[in-house]
Amino acid sequence: MDSLTQLVLVLLAATGFGFWFKRSRGEFRRKKTLNGPKLSPAAIGCELGSRVTMVQFSSAFCSPCRATQALLEDMVKTLPDVRYSHIDAESQLELVRELDIRSTPTTLFLNRDGVEVGRAFGTPKRSQVMHALNAIH
Amino acid sequence: MINIDARGPRFSAVITTVVLAIALVTSNIWVIAFQTAVFAIGALRGPQFTPYAFIFRKIVKPRLKSTPALEDVRPLRFAQTVGLGFALVATIGAASGATGVFAVATAFALVAAFLNAAFNFCLGCQVYLLLVRATSK
Repeated sequence: MDSLTQLVLVLLAATGFGFWFKRSRGEFRRKKTLNGPKLSPAAIGCELGSRVTMVQFSSAFCSPCRATQALLEDMVKTLPDVRYSHIDAESQLELVRELDIRSTPTTLFLNRDGVEVGRAFGTPKRSQVMHALNAIH
Repeated sequence: MINIDARGPRFSAVITTVVLAIALVTSNIWVIAFQTAVFAIGALRGPQFTPYAFIFRKIVKPRLKSTPALEDVRPLRFAQTVGLGFALVATIGAASGATGVFAVATAFALVAAFLNAAFNFCLGCQVYLLLVRATSK
């Protein structure tokens, strides 16, 4: 295989990955069974919302983390039954391992008991967050 | 925290992609050595000091009309450091006649630069937390 063919194959594979990656960012992935740990206000650093709590994990080398934080902070202002907590993943490694957080930003959606209902990777759109929140009672 | 014009690094990623593609196709050691030096400047001094950033500021930026979004320099620097790692391995591979090592390492750097240029892929978001998890107790 000559080097030009190699280049084309590498770029094709990367393009395929790129489209999948872009499409899957921000999408709310609901858990099939609620088998996660019950997270306490002490663990996530804020009181639980009466309906939903969004917990965002961020890291230092992450530009979309800031956009996500700005969006979610803005959204909870008008939603009295939803709370938002922002966690620096590096400072909470035990929790990060327990919840198996691998990339940032990752946003967990907890129900009123503090159990994870689902999560979203990357910066979601406002409509995607709204949709996820509306599905949690 | 230092913020720079976010269009600069995106432009640099396009040039980096082209340079790495040329390196992969021609297997020319001077091309990969040059890109390694550029990554080294980006990683050690900051991405706003590379020759590509200079071209952006002097030639591209004055012709752009859109208002610049600002971006934190730390994620960009992290990506430059990862690029430096791959490019160094590729250069050493080329210098020592290990063409397989050269091709694989160059391809990895190329994929990262291409995803960044085409999809605004954030390497630090995907890799950094995994590194921290793997290296600390």
